[in-house]
Amino acid sequence: MDTRLIRELERIVGKEGVLSRTEDLILYEYDGSVEQGRPDCIVFPRTTAEVSRIARLAGRFNVPLVGRGAGTGLSGGALARQGGVLVVFSRMNRILELDCENQRAVVQPGVVNLDLTRAVERAGLHFAPDPSSQKSCTIGGNVAENAGGPHTLAYGVTANHVTGLELVLPDGEILRVGGKTADVLGYDLTGLLVGSEGTLALITEITVKLSRLPEDVKTLLAIFDAVDQATETVVEITARGITPAACEMLDGWTLRVVEDFVHAGFPRDSAAVLLLEVEGLSEAVTVQAAAIEDVCRRNRAREIRMARDARERELLWKGRKGAFGAIGRVSPSYYALDGVIPRTRLPQTLRRVSEIGRRFGFQIANIFHAGDGNLHPIILFDPRDPEQFQRAVAAAGEIMKHCVEVGGTLTGEHGIGMEKDQLMPLLFSETDLDLMRRVREAFNPGSRLNPGKIIPAGKGCGEIRARPVSNPPASTI
Amino acid sequence: MTLSAANLSRLEGILGPGQVRSDSATLVSYAVEGAIPSAVAQPANAAAVSETVRFAAAEKLALIPCGGRTKLCMGMPPRRYDLALDLTHLSRIVYYDPGDLTVSAEAGMPLADLDSALAAHGQFLPLGPPFSARATVGGAIASGVDSPLRQFYGTARDFVIGAEFVTGTGAPAKSGGRVVKNVAGYDLHKLLIGSLGTLAVITGVNFKTFPLPPQRRTFVAHFADDQGALVLRRLIGASRLSPSTLEILSPEAARLLASTKDAGAQSDPRAWFHAEDWTLCAGFESSPEVCERYARELGRLAEEAQAAGGHLLQEKDSLALQAAIGRAAPIFLLASPAAVIFKVGLLPGKFSAVFAGLREIADRASLPSALLARGSGTVYFAFLPAGLDGQTVARLSRVAGAVFDLAAAQDGHAMIPWCPLEMKRLVNIWGPARPDFALMRSLKETFDPHVILSPGRFVGGL
Repeated sequence: MDTRLIRELERIVGKEGVLSRTEDLILYEYDGSVEQGRPDCIVFPRTTAEVSRIARLAGRFNVPLVGRGAGTGLSGGALARQGGVLVVFSRMNRILELDCENQRAVVQPGVVNLDLTRAVERAGLHFAPDPSSQKSCTIGGNVAENAGGPHTLAYGVTANHVTGLELVLPDGEILRVGGKTADVLGYDLTGLLVGSEGTLALITEITVKLSRLPEDVKTLLAIFDAVDQATETVVEITARGITPAACEMLDGWTLRVVEDFVHAGFPRDSAAVLLLEVEGLSEAVTVQAAAIEDVCRRNRAREIRMARDARERELLWKGRKGAFGAIGRVSPSYYALDGVIPRTRLPQTLRRVSEIGRRFGFQIANIFHAGDGNLHPIILFDPRDPEQFQRAVAAAGEIMKHCVEVGGTLTGEHGIGMEKDQLMPLLFSETDLDLMRRVREAFNPGSRLNPGKIIPAGKGCGEIRARPVSNPPASTI
Repeated sequence: MTLSAANLSRLEGILGPGQVRSDSATLVSYAVEGAIPSAVAQPANAAAVSETVRFAAAEKLALIPCGGRTKLCMGMPPRRYDLALDLTHLSRIVYYDPGDLTVSAEAGMPLADLDSALAAHGQFLPLGPPFSARATVGGAIASGVDSPLRQFYGTARDFVIGAEFVTGTGAPAKSGGRVVKNVAGYDLHKLLIGSLGTLAVITGVNFKTFPLPPQRRTFVAHFADDQGALVLRRLIGASRLSPSTLEILSPEAARLLASTKDAGAQSDPRAWFHAEDWTLCAGFESSPEVCERYARELGRLAEEAQAAGGHLLQEKDSLALQAAIGRAAPIFLLASPAAVIFKVGLLPGKFSAVFAGLREIADRASLPSALLARGSGTVYFAFLPAGLDGQTVARLSRVAGAVFDLAAAQDGHAMIPWCPLEMKRLVNIWGPARPDFALMRSLKETFDPHVILSPGRFVGGL
């Protein structure tokens, strides 16, 4: 990288705000995915004005510019696929404003998701999107990826909770879109920017809605002797219009691995468990929990346990949210997929996933947001064996294709990033993709900002791009 | 520009006989703010829409997509208008998976038809636009209207999960999908919500549906002034309750709504809408146990807010009341020959200041007014002059500037969804330009490079 660019970056953010030695750059070439992309230098701005100057500078030197939060993303969204300047927002981590009466907060992009909830809990509020990485992921990253989480079933994804943004365009212009009000004047630019995976603008300030904490919560663990019974339960809960706040499934293999690690109380001899949560007024929670128990029993649940207190509830959730760490202990590496299907297709799709696993010779673990049909099949493989990795990628491709074939989509919350751009033609026509390309061009001419993401450069080959990787860090979904 | 005879027959060649009309009675019924098209095209399907738009793009003909034609008066008058693109022949449900709570409907489908199809499976869409008797799916989305149910369910952006549309070059495109959770690609469908047909012609919309609640009730409280109603709103906001609707009406608004009849209602609406009082209506819907809790607690909170009176409406009256509130805009429009309705987007914490400011503006201009506020922060404020003459229009135009300023000063924004055409010659209904306009303009250029889609109706002349 041009040393003049590095000197000028240092002039903007100070010497301590720029990293350019190889040993430092290596630390930023991964995120939570199996992808890799090394930046040429890393810069840590403190203010919007600095971000703007950095963007202008990168433009002058004609190098790529990529935003990054905590790097917990699962599709390579925050990786510098074509090198260039990586803008890490970890020093822009202040909560700028809390307006509890109007249920709004204004935050910088580097604020950690859970920190915002901690800051407003005393006022009876929380920030609803709760990705499993919420202890470390940033709200800027949540906005870029339109992150979800177990409770999006009831509360919606990040896009439903963002009303306004401050952004820096690739040419350094600072703009505000949306505002604090829920109403939009003009085109809904905020709605477009949330989930644009850092390809339209760098987000420097975010106005979010805060949700009220529920009066009562009940957490149930339903235990099944067959995977089909669990998936049929989800189908029936959905069809009957029961709306739990969360409905998560773990298959037998996964719950055993988790149990060995977390000791959440998952029965090791079962084939699947559903972790169900209902929230709201205590009267509503009682009615809903009873309805859910009824559906579970009709679908031959072996046992239904209800968490008796906050500690038991937390333990069950620890089992869910800590699952990836647990899997990381027993497999040299894994490939976590993210696909969505209509919930009516859940039983057949899980059977298909297991069949694909058998055919390709992999253990595929399933731990996912069953309530909104958001699958996370996890293919366990040994990355030291390149042949195995190629095979894992092929198996992943088949699973994704199946999701699309039954009317679903390629990603429910992880994003397309650089992982699935080549699969986009499965969902979108060349005309659709061309329109998206031109929309990107309107914000980000020449795609200098986060190049090589979401939209395939050429026609797209319909395959996941396979690349040899070393062991990726344990990630969370 | 008028369509030449040659062009008319070419268009008929594309769409088939009888699908293009140009008799004057028909054309007049497709007028948009004084502009009358030279032809009406009624394509039979999305492919024919695409063909029509491609033809229009090649011939540089300006077109306006429409459905039930109930909200074509929204927006600024079009700069050009050659062709009305009537989508009412696209009226099918394309896909409905009741078990997944997802549905995909063509743009020209009447919402009432979609509602009955969903109701057959115990489901519904919380869209409820004004003029809903004739409104279509595409029109409800393109006009960006809201309903009282947004208090709980949000607006279209919260439950539209995908769309199919035709851009200004005639290219058929889509975004999103048919599943409830999806982050693949840009959410272009969000841009189409409220875009008044200026970016693309919507041909189909995919929705998340919701189960019909077992019971629907409304608690109505009356107050001598707005402060009491605002106290109750705040108390409800700070409570554990999450009502499905939360509306505040000024006495004038209550009086106008009381005059409407609803066949389904059991009681006279004057029992709920008192012409002398400020009214707060909190709708809630759930199981009987939960509804009981709401009724109890709302009663207690109303007492705490020193309500002059409060009562609980059972299912039928509750639906009638909610329907009346949903029809507020059309009712206000009928109440005055020169009605001007502002939509002010705010944080609810600013209600008190904005209510006072709006009333002061109305008093100073000696204009009768009515106010309806949604608890989530949207205020509809209507000026209702007795007559429509040049002087009144001039007065209304001056008032508009004051409302725009007031909204901006309270960190909100205002626009005018409904007003007399005469006023649009003096006032930009979208209010003053905002800094993000340049981005909107480049999006318009991206979607509609030949500027043929509803030119001039939107923000900043887009």
